[in-house]
Amino acid sequence: MIPVLSYRLMQAVLVALMVGVLTFVLTQALPGDMAFRIAAGRYGYDHVNAAAAAAVQAELGLGLPAWQALGQWLWDLLRLDLGNSLVSGDPVIEELRHQLGHSFTLAVAAVGLSLLLGPPLGLLAGLRPGGRLDRLTLVLATVLRALPQFVIGILLVMLLAVQLGWLPAAGHGTAAHTLLPALTLALGLAAVACRVSRNAMQGVADSAYYAFGRTKGLSEGRVFMRHGLRNVAVPVLAHQAMQLVYLIEGVVVVETLFAWPGIGHALVHAIVARDVPMIQGTALVLGLMFVLLNALVDLLCHRIDPRRREV
Amino acid sequence: MLQPRSILLGAGLLAVTAVSHATEGVLDIVAPWEIGSTDPAKAGYVYTRLQISETLVEVDDRGQPEAGLAESWTLSEDRLTWRFRLRPGVQFHDGSPLTAEVAVQALNLALAKPGMLSQAPVAAIAAEGNEVVVRLRSPFAPLPALLAHSSVQILAPASYNEAGEATQVIGTGPYRIEQLQMPQKLTAGVFQDYWGEAPAIERLSYLAAGRGETRALMAESGDADVVFTLDPASRARLQRNAKLAVQAVAIPRTVTLKVNAGHPFLAEPEARRALSLALERTGMAVALLRTPEAGAGQLFPPSMTDWHLSQVSGAERDLQQAKALLAGLGWQANDKGMLSRNGTPFKLTLTTFSDRPELPLLATAIQDQWRELGVELAVNVANSSEIPAGHRDGTLELGLMARNFALVPDPLGTLLQDFGPNGGDWGAMNWHSERLGEILQQLLTATQDQDTAALRREAATILHEQLPVIPVAWYQQTAAVSRQVEGFSMDPFERSYRVSDMRWAQ
Repeated sequence: MIPVLSYRLMQAVLVALMVGVLTFVLTQALPGDMAFRIAAGRYGYDHVNAAAAAAVQAELGLGLPAWQALGQWLWDLLRLDLGNSLVSGDPVIEELRHQLGHSFTLAVAAVGLSLLLGPPLGLLAGLRPGGRLDRLTLVLATVLRALPQFVIGILLVMLLAVQLGWLPAAGHGTAAHTLLPALTLALGLAAVACRVSRNAMQGVADSAYYAFGRTKGLSEGRVFMRHGLRNVAVPVLAHQAMQLVYLIEGVVVVETLFAWPGIGHALVHAIVARDVPMIQGTALVLGLMFVLLNALVDLLCHRIDPRRREV
Repeated sequence: MLQPRSILLGAGLLAVTAVSHATEGVLDIVAPWEIGSTDPAKAGYVYTRLQISETLVEVDDRGQPEAGLAESWTLSEDRLTWRFRLRPGVQFHDGSPLTAEVAVQALNLALAKPGMLSQAPVAAIAAEGNEVVVRLRSPFAPLPALLAHSSVQILAPASYNEAGEATQVIGTGPYRIEQLQMPQKLTAGVFQDYWGEAPAIERLSYLAAGRGETRALMAESGDADVVFTLDPASRARLQRNAKLAVQAVAIPRTVTLKVNAGHPFLAEPEARRALSLALERTGMAVALLRTPEAGAGQLFPPSMTDWHLSQVSGAERDLQQAKALLAGLGWQANDKGMLSRNGTPFKLTLTTFSDRPELPLLATAIQDQWRELGVELAVNVANSSEIPAGHRDGTLELGLMARNFALVPDPLGTLLQDFGPNGGDWGAMNWHSERLGEILQQLLTATQDQDTAALRREAATILHEQLPVIPVAWYQQTAAVSRQVEGFSMDPFERSYRVSDMRWAQ
């Protein structure tokens, strides 16, 4: 357990450094005048002019050489200070706290929904490989994984909000508002979880120990609970970790579509407005989330994998 | 054991239990503009549009100044001192009274920031009794219009921090903020001690949704009562929806091509005329904007009656004449029809941005239309700030943008910015007209009773003939409104959503 965690901790430090340096270099390499960009973000394009850009330049001291600006950011990071947004002027950490909460709610709801939808269907399909349900879920999973989240989102809104009137089309604030964006993300995740659990179930069901469970007279349910569930859960969980990229990418798209005030939405806006501290802050948080979630999955797998426990 | 049917049933039930619609009794407004700040200089328009904060001066539908927090005003004989008499008995949402000192503080803070008020030659702003006195260094006729701008809204002293930034919005409007979740959401309720008539709708919510598809779907699903800025495709669909009324109003905003008249290919007026003649404006208006009447043959739309030239058309395409004009300037077509002069091909780069989604579409249509003329156009879709930045460093060749001539309700404010002696970041580039400069100065110093219509027409004619910017299309602001709402009207100057005039249908 300790080696796992210390490895992840080292990874977190490396991620922080790389994200900070990379986002900084990339934003510096982008074309266009930074002061004008920030002024556009602050005042709206009708009011961007040389005077506004000059005011921004003077206020923020954008003339600092690049290496000094980067050094300053790293030094501030060591003191856990992410600086202030160049557009709103508020501390980045406060904006992130607000946005991260919203994204976290969305991500947790999406993962939860995907686990409710994907693995149960996968398990049923895995028990009867080649059956009707297996073929149906294969088609569904392929289609859902192939469709961009943006399209899934629009289709869901058209069906569940416009046609049936069951859910609000967009916005945030109530539990009902969370369902559609979460479902949009969940369907893609569930598609993979369904196929992985189906394959795992098939493997387990074909194994000698599973057959032995049956021969000793356990009911189908009992044999699944006692010999199947834990073995199936390990690959499913491991794949959930691999799907984090899909989840975090999806959050960016889905938040914009559903007017959801999360971190993905903030990142897109920060890039457009060339709000460097905000870009660095959001990228850093996203990077660290990756490490943290991977660490959690490692721990979970470590805990439930019967083979490791025996070792 | 779980059965597939029960799983699907469960998912369905989950959805059914979450039935939700536009909240009863709350007017839900959805628009693309985010609430980036509480400071009037940055995102002040959100608060004036939602009638949370107010300005000293209001304007009517024709752009004429009328009483706001100032009930009347006078101008001294030398036209250098304006006195605004405050409406008595006005309270801020925190219960503090509106006094001349408080208004002066707000105006001075606005003056110190980039924004509209800094355009005026203000020498000093002071409080005298119940009056706000603005002293100018030189006469400036559009001052009342400037004071109607959202960046000059009057907030209570408690709104500002020590640095003069507004950290909360304590206004005087009929609605007060209940909850503000930047950058996307705001809810407000009626302010009981409002000085004017009490609104019929007691609560409102505002949501910023950046994507046009999202906004249209919110209107269709009934989640929103009023949705602003519809993309052309959605607009056609929403018009067929019986539960919605789609409204459109011409606003004084024009899609224009900003031309670098210092560029060797674009310096002659004939070259700019040829490029203008080669535009298929009606086709773009019909196919891309879905508003046939939007094709702009001149800079100012018909709604700007004082500036619109009623005798002039200019929207028709005339490719032959365009080719003839360029041939007269020495441009010769090769066997593929592409032009060159002294061995140099007619190649230009057009910079535009996607904040307004139709701009890149129009840019590609222009690219195609000019190819028929023999001009090779590269389209660069960048950030909006590339246009003023390119103006400043001289690298811009052509910019496609949507210019608002009513940033303050008097277009003179915008025209002074755009066509001054050095051009303007969003206006002329390397082009100047002595006569136009004189006219704008005369209009600036004119008194209210002087007849200035002839001067305005002359200014419009100069711009129409010289084409320092080439007009492409006139803008229409659109909204989809639920049939459950009555009394909706759109402000052509985009200053207010007029929620206090609306009521629920019985």
